[in-house]
Formats: sequence, C-alpha cells, structure tokens
Amino acid sequence: MQKLPGNFETYDETRKAGFLKVKELKESGKRVIGTFCSYVPCEIIYAADAVPCGLCASSEEPIPEAESVLPRNLCPLIKASYGFALTDKCPYFYYSDLIVGETTCDGKKKMFELLNEIKETYVLKLPNSRDYPEALKEWRSEIIRFKEKLEDFYGITITEDKIREAIRMKNKEREVMTEYLSLGKLYPAAISGYEMGSRTDAAGFSFDIEERCKTFAARTEELKQYWEEHIKGTTSDRPRLLVTGCPNMGVRDKIIKAVEELGADCVVIDTCNGIRTQLDKVEETGDVYDALAKKYLNVTCSVMSPNQPRFEEMGRLIDEFRVDGVIEVILQACHTFNIESYNVKRYVTEEKGLPYLGLETDYSQADKGQIATRLGAFLEMLG
Amino acid sequence: MYYTGIDIGSTAAKIVVLSETGEVLEEFVIPTGWSSRMAAKNIAELLSGKGIYVTDTEEHGKNSVVVSTGYGREAVDFSDKQVTEITCHAKGAQVLFQKEKAVSVIDVGGQDTKVILVENGIVSDFLMNDKCAAGTGKFIEVMANRLNVDIDDMFALAKAGEPIPISALCTVFAESEVISYIAEGRSREDIASGVIASVANKVATMCKRQKLAEKVVLTGGLSSNSYFAALLSDRLGQPVENSSEGRYAGALGAAMTAKKLGERRSRLQADS
Repeated sequence: MQKLPGNFETYDETRKAGFLKVKELKESGKRVIGTFCSYVPCEIIYAADAVPCGLCASSEEPIPEAESVLPRNLCPLIKASYGFALTDKCPYFYYSDLIVGETTCDGKKKMFELLNEIKETYVLKLPNSRDYPEALKEWRSEIIRFKEKLEDFYGITITEDKIREAIRMKNKEREVMTEYLSLGKLYPAAISGYEMGSRTDAAGFSFDIEERCKTFAARTEELKQYWEEHIKGTTSDRPRLLVTGCPNMGVRDKIIKAVEELGADCVVIDTCNGIRTQLDKVEETGDVYDALAKKYLNVTCSVMSPNQPRFEEMGRLIDEFRVDGVIEVILQACHTFNIESYNVKRYVTEEKGLPYLGLETDYSQADKGQIATRLGAFLEMLG
Repeated sequence: MYYTGIDIGSTAAKIVVLSETGEVLEEFVIPTGWSSRMAAKNIAELLSGKGIYVTDTEEHGKNSVVVSTGYGREAVDFSDKQVTEITCHAKGAQVLFQKEKAVSVIDVGGQDTKVILVENGIVSDFLMNDKCAAGTGKFIEVMANRLNVDIDDMFALAKAGEPIPISALCTVFAESEVISYIAEGRSREDIASGVIASVANKVATMCKRQKLAEKVVLTGGLSSNSYFAALLSDRLGQPVENSSEGRYAGALGAAMTAKKLGERRSRLQADS
C-alpha cells in the first residue's frame, strides 16, 4: 500500500482549515451556496459567480440534537447534516447564502422541509427514473428553473456563455480527478483508497477550482513518479477491492482505513464521493441545458428506479481496476441502497464471479469490532 | 509439538489442543468473565498445568503453536496468529460434522449470529447480524434473566410451552413485551417458548438471505441443543445437524490452523 505523505491532512483537519477560508471568502463578498448531492448541477452555481459548498455531514456529534426533531431510525448522513444546521455548529452552513436540496431519497426530501425553517432551502425536483422520455425534459426545465431562482435570489443575469465557461472548467476538473482516482488501476496500486476518499471529500472545502486542479494534478504526478521508481515491477498479494454503496465519508476510518490496515487495497471507490460522478463529462457543444440535464440525470444513485446503469458502470470498473472483491457500504436506514444491495450482491457474485461483503452501519463506533471481524473474514476468504 | 486453538467469545472461552497426529488431546471451556485479557492469562496457566507451554519461561520452552480467534482474539498476546471466528468456525465445523463438500454453518454466539457457506473447505460467503442483538445468544440470556432461570432451564421451559408471539425484534423492546406478558399472568413455559421461537425465526430469516447448502449444521453455544436445531430445521424446511461438540468448532478450527502453521514452519526450517 502507498504510504501517506508526512504532511497529509486528514479530512477533519482540512475541514477545519476551511472554516477560515469560507469566512474570508464571505467577507470578500463571494457568494456561497450549500449543496448536498451530486445531482445538483454545480455549473449553474459557478455561472452565478458563486461557489458550491458540500454540506453532507460525516460526524455523529450533532446526531443526538437532530433526533430532537427527526426520527431515530433515519440515515446518519441526513441526521448529521440537519443536526449541524440545527445546532449552528457548521460554518459552511452558516456562511451559505442559500441551501440547495433535491428530491432524491424520502429522508432528505422531508428533512429539507424542516431545514427550510432554519435557512432558505431551494429543492430541485429530480425525476426518480430515467426510463421515460419526459424525464430528461422535466429535468432540463428544472435546471432552468434553478438558474432563474439564482438570478432572482442574487438579482443577476446568468448568461449561457457563463454556463458554458463553467462547464469547461468543471470538465477540466473532472479530467484531473479521473486521472487521480485512476491511480488504483496500476498494479501494485499506486494509491490507497483512504487517501483517495479523504482528499476528494476534503477538496470540497477549498473553494478555488483552479487551485484544486493544480493540487490534484501535482499529487497525481508525485504518486505516479513514486510508483515508477519504487513500486513498478514488484508483486503484491494484497486483494484489490471495489467499494460501492452509500457515501462513505462518515465511516471511512471504520471501513476503508480498517480494511487497508488489514492488508487489502481499495483501488476504486464507486460511490458519489468517489469516481462515479467524475467519469461522465458534460457535452461542451450544443444546448447547455440539454447537456447538463443529460449528465446529471445519469448519476447512478440508488434513488433512480430502475438503476441498470449503476451495474454496467460497476462492471466496467471491476474489469478495468482488476478487482478481486466488492465491499458495499450501507448507511443504516438508507432504504434505496439497502434494497438495491440484493441486486448488487447477485450481480457481483453471479455475473462477475467475485466475493461480495455488505456492511450496514452508521456513524457510531459501537460496531467497530464486529466490522473488523467481517473485514478480516472477508480477506481470509479472498485468500 | 502441541497445536492450540483458543476461541474467546463474549460469553465463553473455548480451548482445543491437537497432537502432532491431529488427535484432540484437550478440550475445555471457561467463562470469559469481564476481561478477555484475564481469560487469556487464565488459559495460559491452565494449559501450563497440563504441560502445554505457550510461551518460553525459565523452566520450560514453548511447546505449542497457538492460534486465537473470537472477539477476544487480540487479547491473546501469546498467540502466533489471529484468525477471525468466521474462518475458524467454517474449518472446525467441516471436520466436526465430517462434511466433505458444501456445508452451511449457523453459529449462534453470545453477541453475533453468523451464517457461513463453506465450499470445498473455503468460506465462500457469510452473513452476520448488523448492529442488533436479535437472534443471538444475548437475546436468550436477557430473557432468561427476566424469567429468573438459566439458559438450560429456559430451553426446558420452552419445550414444555406453547409459543406466544414476541413481535419486537429489538432485545430491549422484546424485554418490555415479555414484561407485559408476565404482568398478564401468562405461563413461563409459554413465554420461554415464544422467546426461543423468535430467535429461531430471526436466525432462519438470516439463513434465507444466503444460498444454503444441502447440509446445514449448528455450531456455537447452542449446538448441543437438539430442541433448537429442530426448530431451525422446521423453519428452514431442511435438516439442521447439531452436536455436543459444536461449541468447540471455532477453537478446533483455530487449532487446525495452528497445526498447519506449525507444520509449515518446520518444513521451511528443515529445508533451509
């Protein structure tokens, strides 16, 4: 496994360092929009001269407070995100001018109604299927409505040229990110899953997209060079794993770090905070709204029904990254991923002929031991 | 050389010692108590009393390879290797029940229940209860305490009763349900019967989430319990074998791993 650099900042450290950045950003007059999801077309936000800021929470700290309003039996990501807003403990929420939600899962949808009481929350109406012709049209007009909302909110005009510029800029970033997240394709792996996850999630707290691209491109180069000089041509018996399922930043230490310490390499993270949303770019020619609608309707979250593209993409990643086994992370009470996991297991074991381990968990440390046992047994099973 | 397998579970620690020919020389169980580290220390002393030395001391050289398993496996600081209980139960069960090809192993433990599919001696799939005590030994223990009996009596009562439905899946809520049955004056037999039936139902549901082999065996603390095995057979619609030795499956698997490890070491030493 690739060692982390000495100056490696954990996700939590970067998140804290970003507190000051967002404060300075606001004081300099910059617009900030809080978002929760990879279905949100952030190009529209950039075109409004604003920056998007991810508010998906990964800590169990505000959950008890959140449970004074929300039911206990709800996904920890939703509870934690709402809890941070409720307790006014998240500077990113505090400094956001507007919050953008989406009708993805039922839990988030209903939580946004309550969040709106704390700070204005605009909800994008995402179709829950791609399989009817009107879906794309509806989503396209929804994106236009979102643009109009921002124009109205800030009293500005968002031109198509601005949107096209944002598309190019984001595509450039996607290319850089794809290259970075593809380092796991190398054998032996040139990067750890823990680093990929930590850095990708932490990138949301540095707001300058060009600076972000530079940082990732430099790190990719550094890792590639290290691999060429020290790793290339050596052998490694460490099983190569694909991690799929729910966004995993809140359980990354308990699962990804733990399994890598036990002796595996998480070579590809196929989740919305992994490579899944980076691969597909937005078309740069033609109608901007058509292009955005097409890209963002294709995000392969389990809220879509049916969700065949998720399996096709996972299959491609399994082949390209030469994967030996699949771990699926289910956040407790995430019904869509939990139910879909039945098909994921069937797909992985029957179609791809690989071992599969499903883990249902939340943000607490209570099941750390049991999870380590499952991970250990899974690796013993892979031999 | 001896080959020792130590399986430290949340309730009991099980120990199996094999000879160089693979014969079971020792087999015993002690309560884990509050600390698995203390349990490990006690085990080392008990073994030493039998002439099996797990560490080098001034008087005796180490004469056993040790593999530890179970949730307390890391507390055994003198073990040569630590292996998860899933792999160990699979190995041990296959030998205990003399199954050559595929076998499904159901291990109802103190804090976890596992269903393990073993094909050609290798674990090919497993399921474990997530973040919930329903369907585990702990559930039975809590309810037995509430009815003021020990686990064996609990099963004796259950056998004599007619199960009343326990619908709550959560141990804490199920306990409240039991308390209300007690308040209604329902018989202990019927309540005990309901509790055991609910565990069997929960375990059977877990089994159905996985491909089951034709041969299904029960290991862990409830393995000696024919009544429980019969309940499971009924729910699954296929025979579930049990054995008085079943609780030692994990320790046996660990001892077998120790034997393999020791033999590999001496082979490599002889070669070099």
